[in-house]
Amino acid sequence: MHPIIKLLAQRLSLGLLLLLAASALIFIGVELLPGDVAQSILGQSATETALRNLREELGLNEPALTRYFNWLFAAIQGDLGTALTNGQSISKAVGERLGNTLFLAFWAAIISVPLAIILGLIAVRYRNRWPDKLISAVTLSTISLPEFVAGYLLMYLFTVQFRIFSPISTIYSGMSLGEKLSAIALPVMVLVLVVLAHMMRMTRAAILNVMQSAYVETAELKGLRPFVIIARHAFPNAIAPVVNVVMLNLAYLVVGVVVVEVVFVYPGMGQYLVDHVTKRDLPVVQACGLIFAAVYIGLNIMADVISILANPRLRHPK
Amino acid sequence: MPDILLDVRNLKIGATVYPPGEAPQDIEIVHGVSFTLEKGKVLGLIGESGAGKSTIGLSSMAYGRGGVRITGGEVFVSGRDILKERPGGLRALRGREVTYVAQSAAAAFNPAKKIIDQVIETTLMHGLATRAEAEARAVGLFRKLGLPNPDTFGERYPHQVSGGQLQRAMTAMALCPEPDLVVFDEPTTALDVTTQIDVLAAIKEAIHATGVAALYITHDLAVVAQVSDDIMVLRNGKTVEYGTVSEIIETPKEEYTRALVSVHAIEHEEKKPTGEPVLKVENVTARYKGTNFDVLKNVSVELYPGQTLAVVGESGSGKSTLARAITGLLPPTKGRITFAGRELSKELKDRKLDDLRELQMIYQMADVAMNPRHTVGTIIGRPLEFYFGLKGEAKRKRVQELLDEIEMGTGFIDRYPAELSGGQKQRVCIARALAAKPKLIICDEVTSALDPLVAAGILRLLLNLQQIEGVAYLFITHDLATVKSIADSIAVMYQGAVQRYGGKTDVLTPPFDDYTDLLLSSVPEMKLGWLEHVLAHRKMESAGN
Amino acid sequence: MSRIPVSALIGLILTSAFFLTAIFANVLAPYGLNQTVGDVWENPFWSAEPSQYLLGTDNIGRDLLSRMIYGCQITIFLATAATIVSFTTGSILGFTAAVLGGWVDQVMSRIVDLFMSLPSLILALVILSVMQVTLPVLVIVIGLLDSTRVYRLARAVAVDIVVMDYVEAARLRGEGTRWIVLREILPNALSPLVAELGLRFIFAVLFISTLSFLGLGVQPPLADWGGMVKENKEGLVYGISAALVPAMAIAALAISVNLVADWVLNRTTSLKGGRGA
Repeated sequence: MHPIIKLLAQRLSLGLLLLLAASALIFIGVELLPGDVAQSILGQSATETALRNLREELGLNEPALTRYFNWLFAAIQGDLGTALTNGQSISKAVGERLGNTLFLAFWAAIISVPLAIILGLIAVRYRNRWPDKLISAVTLSTISLPEFVAGYLLMYLFTVQFRIFSPISTIYSGMSLGEKLSAIALPVMVLVLVVLAHMMRMTRAAILNVMQSAYVETAELKGLRPFVIIARHAFPNAIAPVVNVVMLNLAYLVVGVVVVEVVFVYPGMGQYLVDHVTKRDLPVVQACGLIFAAVYIGLNIMADVISILANPRLRHPK
Repeated sequence: MPDILLDVRNLKIGATVYPPGEAPQDIEIVHGVSFTLEKGKVLGLIGESGAGKSTIGLSSMAYGRGGVRITGGEVFVSGRDILKERPGGLRALRGREVTYVAQSAAAAFNPAKKIIDQVIETTLMHGLATRAEAEARAVGLFRKLGLPNPDTFGERYPHQVSGGQLQRAMTAMALCPEPDLVVFDEPTTALDVTTQIDVLAAIKEAIHATGVAALYITHDLAVVAQVSDDIMVLRNGKTVEYGTVSEIIETPKEEYTRALVSVHAIEHEEKKPTGEPVLKVENVTARYKGTNFDVLKNVSVELYPGQTLAVVGESGSGKSTLARAITGLLPPTKGRITFAGRELSKELKDRKLDDLRELQMIYQMADVAMNPRHTVGTIIGRPLEFYFGLKGEAKRKRVQELLDEIEMGTGFIDRYPAELSGGQKQRVCIARALAAKPKLIICDEVTSALDPLVAAGILRLLLNLQQIEGVAYLFITHDLATVKSIADSIAVMYQGAVQRYGGKTDVLTPPFDDYTDLLLSSVPEMKLGWLEHVLAHRKMESAGN
Repeated sequence: MSRIPVSALIGLILTSAFFLTAIFANVLAPYGLNQTVGDVWENPFWSAEPSQYLLGTDNIGRDLLSRMIYGCQITIFLATAATIVSFTTGSILGFTAAVLGGWVDQVMSRIVDLFMSLPSLILALVILSVMQVTLPVLVIVIGLLDSTRVYRLARAVAVDIVVMDYVEAARLRGEGTRWIVLREILPNALSPLVAELGLRFIFAVLFISTLSFLGLGVQPPLADWGGMVKENKEGLVYGISAALVPAMAIAALAISVNLVADWVLNRTTSLKGGRGA
């Protein structure tokens, strides 16, 4: 068997194992924490009888391990249980919202990834000159902005000062693509702003690393034109680190979505999660946690897989 | 009037340095160097680290590495001043008229592309040949350089071939566009000694066959004497001496050059074994945890008090592993180690304090063998405090005595390692070992990271200390010249086993086994025509077989 | 030491100003934290018709300047406490893993891998959905979640040092673990860790603010800057900028600490690169 296939299989099974461990952490770990779900739902003044009834109803008296496996197998089959607060199916609620969240993240990625790579290249090309310094100063400040701060700043600017966009980004199924895009313009801008700085800085570092390697010097000493050096010698070796950077930042993006959705009252997973954390609706929180974890771990594995595939030492073994 | 290819006049090179915590400073690293090179001739640039030899070599391509810039002088290649060229003109020069062979071919090849594509890249780009012609030319060069399977060699990726082969492939890459001048920057330094001689021979042969001129940069005078017509000795960015090979090797004028030529000339009379051995290694076999391969196979050696046993071998021979087995860092799976009449526990943690004290170690890299946050006083003082309970003034006094013993004098006791030169660092390490009053010091490649003159100083010091203190050395090295100047007995190791063992004279006197013969004959000697002689000798032997 | 770049100087001055404000909040604040002094959302000094309150009033008529000063205290206090928790836990465990190696290292590192394979905000939300949100709980949750990063750094730094010849030399001399950890490893591991301190502090500030903004951090009647953004965010749509004041303060604190950390980081790397070369 080609060693690369073995390596990929190893990496994928490790990912699955990690996801399994994460689900256990989210389910069992939470149960071990000091704090009583029934108590938190009913409040401090609840009577002992009411608490007992609720525990019974929630199945909290069964051993945690049994409940975990029941929950896990149901989750694998697409049944995430029902919400405590309104008794509705979580899978159904999640289904719509996950689509909305991915729609938002997708457009943010489409804009930020090429922009980050182009800015990274510009920064490398003009290293230590003013374009690099400017980009570096701006990104250092945007890295320090939490999502909600960036969100309100842009909101104030574009809805109050200039009145271009609406402060609330509601989308529903009947809207046309154009209407949807106009509705999500602001949150997408915030996400781009937040993720761009990280991605661009890491891209710059990755490309610089390749540009300073001995084989690029060899290419220079061969008298190749700068464009040829970049295209033939730097680029093939920069793919893996850059793709890795992109994937890691997309994973970061998925989390940034949570806060941005709250800021713009966007009907996605993030708002759903935060809403139910406040209401202490544990089944919903666990289901959402699992989904976010799956996306996050999935993107991280994809980053690994791509760097394995792009590594010439692994592709052409001895 | 000879045909001058390269004419360097009063070359000055500057660099920007960034001292920690201070503003960047511009300094001059080459101060007005001049030389000429005729067509088809080879000029050797030789010097210690920091002499500016690589920087000068690269200036013939008008290239400065990192923050290095050419600040003055002229460099003429075939009559035009390349320092005045525009980028377009430089591109026509680089890779076509002048090409470059780097010290580490492994890093200089692009890992993502096949070797052949990289070798013929310049030839194609400058439109010097069609692809088929260029490939044929490359294969011809591969054959000339003695690469295995020259027809298919180029189809491989850089990581799929060995270091010595890559170095030859890089030479092929430099010769493929049929340049006028090739800059060789320490092309054999990173190689094992038995590989070095093959690559050296291949390079010399290729230079002669193609009639190309070359700048050959190295720190090893014996190597450069084999390939050059002229030699320029450099030190701290200045020319020390410049002349033909025979002038430099046979009648050096300057003090510094004379020291370089006679660097291996330490005389050491072999001592015969007397009394009980201080160290006895019997049938020791060892392997690393989780592997199924013995790195030491049935090794037996003995070392007598006040004497030196040199353990010689190339990388992977198991010579450093032997040291780890003796110190207890790698417990042997079989065999017995007796030290000062007592059998040593295999595990480090079971050893008695006296065993630890009497068996000291000195490392190759003095840089990382000393804690950078401790002063010299703490470094040397710790064993005094730890083993003998010395404190305060008594400890400081003893540290100063030890510093005197290693010829460093006053003023060093409160300095940090970063403030010392390479040779001084190694001396402090020796003092630290001596502080424990050991019976045996294991010296692991202690001179290989040092410039030759500094290394010679360290060897003299070690010999001197041996006479005064009566300490025995287990001297691990890959450098046979060092062995000749310090050893009483020698063990030659190959692939984890002792290949040849005995008194120095016996081991170095024929008849040899095949490996020892190969190893001994591969060490460059400071003699004109040594390379041809060795190669002719080898050819004869293989014809005889 | 002799030359501090302008950016780092600005960072240093601002950071010290923030910390001084936090320490002397009770003296500096003109009004109480929960003292209602005027109407809802009175105008700040930069508006066309400024009120008597410098930064105006908040959503229930409290003096915004006073609340900002108290908010500074709570934000910085919580972030500092969380940083201390994350640093002590992370570096002690990281060093232990590096020095002991073997299965101890394996078990701890795999657990940290697991925690780092999940986004910390999501983990925090899951945990806070079960636990009562109090200040100690916040500090511990944020501190422990962030200690995974310190652990990785401390372990990596220490592993690099453990393989150094001077540590081997100490082992061969027969030194005990105490000497090796305290005298050989620690002094050399300190500077990269100190550089990381600033970054971890910023992370704690942003994390606490975000949680408070989501309503899961500091609970009323106390308030940090994140919580103040939440309180005043409704006004934003009507052009009332009260929410932007705490928002900008968070950004300003983070940027100034970042400027200092960036400088320290550059200094230690240039030290590492060392002389010559």
